[in-house]
Amino acid sequence: MRVVVDLNRCQAYAQCVYAAPRHFALHGREALVYDTAPDDADRAEIERAALACPVRAITACADDLAALDEAGR
Amino acid sequence: MSEAPGRVVIVGASLAGLSAAKALRTEGFSGSLVLAGDEPHLPYDRPPLSKQALRGLTSADTTLPQPADLDLEFRLGVPATGLDRAERTVILADGSRLAFDRCLVATGARARPWPNSAEAALDGVFTLRTRDDAERIAARLRDRPGRVVLVGGGFISFEVASVCREMDIPVTVLVRDSLPLAGAVGAPLGSFVAEVARGAGVDLRLDAAIARMQGDARGRLAGLVLEDGDRIETACLVVAIGAERNTAWLDGAGLATDRNGLRCDRFCRALGADGTPADGIFAAGDVAHWPNPHDGGALVAVEHWGNAVAQARTAARNMLAGDAAALVPHDHLPDFWSQQFGLTIKLVGLAAGSDAFAVVRGSMEERRFLAVFGKAGRTVASASVDSARWLPAYRAAILEGAPFPPLPGGVDAPARVAMQSLEEPTR
Ligand SMILES: Cc1cc2nc3c(=O)[nH]c(=O)nc-3n(C[C@H](O)[C@H](O)[C@H](O)COP(=O)(O)OP(=O)(O)OC[C@H]3O[C@@H](n4cnc5c(N)ncnc54)[C@H](O)[C@@H]3O)c2cc1C
Ligand code: SF4
Repeated sequence: MRVVVDLNRCQAYAQCVYAAPRHFALHGREALVYDTAPDDADRAEIERAALACPVRAITACADDLAALDEAGR
Repeated sequence: MSEAPGRVVIVGASLAGLSAAKALRTEGFSGSLVLAGDEPHLPYDRPPLSKQALRGLTSADTTLPQPADLDLEFRLGVPATGLDRAERTVILADGSRLAFDRCLVATGARARPWPNSAEAALDGVFTLRTRDDAERIAARLRDRPGRVVLVGGGFISFEVASVCREMDIPVTVLVRDSLPLAGAVGAPLGSFVAEVARGAGVDLRLDAAIARMQGDARGRLAGLVLEDGDRIETACLVVAIGAERNTAWLDGAGLATDRNGLRCDRFCRALGADGTPADGIFAAGDVAHWPNPHDGGALVAVEHWGNAVAQARTAARNMLAGDAAALVPHDHLPDFWSQQFGLTIKLVGLAAGSDAFAVVRGSMEERRFLAVFGKAGRTVASASVDSARWLPAYRAAILEGAPFPPLPGGVDAPARVAMQSLEEPTR
């Protein structure tokens, strides 16, 4: 999957961290660190995290298009 | 420009380009949509490159999420070399021509190269803008270089220095000015960051400039000599001295380009050299130079993530607008974040030109505070350090043009506001 967080919006509520602790973490009080390319198998967890975010800062998509990167080279 | 466009060509396949493509589809555009970019990669995110990705904390693959139904045609790995306005065609380096009804210029910026090209070519001298740059630097950091030197006093410099310290790699930051970041966030925050960096073990040299770099017989960086005569031994140096806008490919197109980028109006329409909107051509993101309504229409060129997304969306809507009455202005209030030394620093508004500064919540000692910037008695910007939840209230105050300091007497009025006038207004 592909994940991006709008960190202008993120207010470090950490709801995503509770929902998907293997993919989102806070380093320090507010510095959100996240997995930009989690495994497709973890989709349910990632989607739960995106839904849990009170400021809707998380965008995630399955990465059907990843193969294109190679093709585009 | 009243006919509905059938073909849209976006040049620059990165944050602004992809955001525009998504917005075009959301707005109902069903014609052909080409995204042309000179990098070989699908659009990816840059902010993690100087932060988590460099440290190997998470994947270095920061490809941006892309809905599967966007129906985009990618032309990757080939730069655009020209734009023929009369023919409404974008010309690519491989000779192919992409006809368009609307074209979005989203070619962003590139890292400003080190001015001495022989030194810049030394093995061990890097810049950081692309995913490939980040991979090269990350590989070097994994090899545990003796000391990393950062050249430049901007956010990228301090973010990379922070990563190095977390990896316990000795690091020197060379800043030409007497304070880092002062141009972007003002002197008080600049000196706060300087103190935080020093506390984390960064060898921060202010008013410092490189006289020359030294290479070994095999062309590898071995060290450098500062103008004050000091020598620093290093095999890894990152040049982070700002960005240059990618407009050279537009030379000859008769558009209003200069070192600030491609001029556009508040509707994101690119301007021709004569100052009038060029038919069918729009701009968004780091490449754009636009009048900001929150600063009396003064021209700004913002190199931030949030602006690239917002401007791309506005440009997309306007590309589909049937007539002038349907155009929407780009009235985004600039904002950005940075993460360094475990702190999150955020800024909303335009601190440039501000003449007053006050910490209104928390304190610099606690390393957790919210500060506001004033200009001629109005609140023009607000910065938070690990206090992001307070920012939206101040964003509202800035949008209203509230007096400085804002929100007097409100629930969040501070007991005492230590006002500071800025001797040297921020640039
Ligand atoms: C290391 C780093 C860290 C950052 N951190 C932050 C942060 O923490 N917060 C924040 O707000 N902002 C941050 N930014 C800024 C943010 O990433 C940019 O504002 C954003 O990428 C701008 O997007 P863009 O699409 O306008 O331009 P770009 O991302 O520069 O993309 C332009 C694309 O066009 C391509 N291109 C150029 N010329 C041509 C041509 N002739 N033909 C075809 N393609 C071409 C380029 O190669 C590039 O792929 C950071 C930037 C960097 C480099
Ligand atoms: S849930 Fe949203 S606001 Fe909270 S930390 Fe995650 S991304 Fe940030």
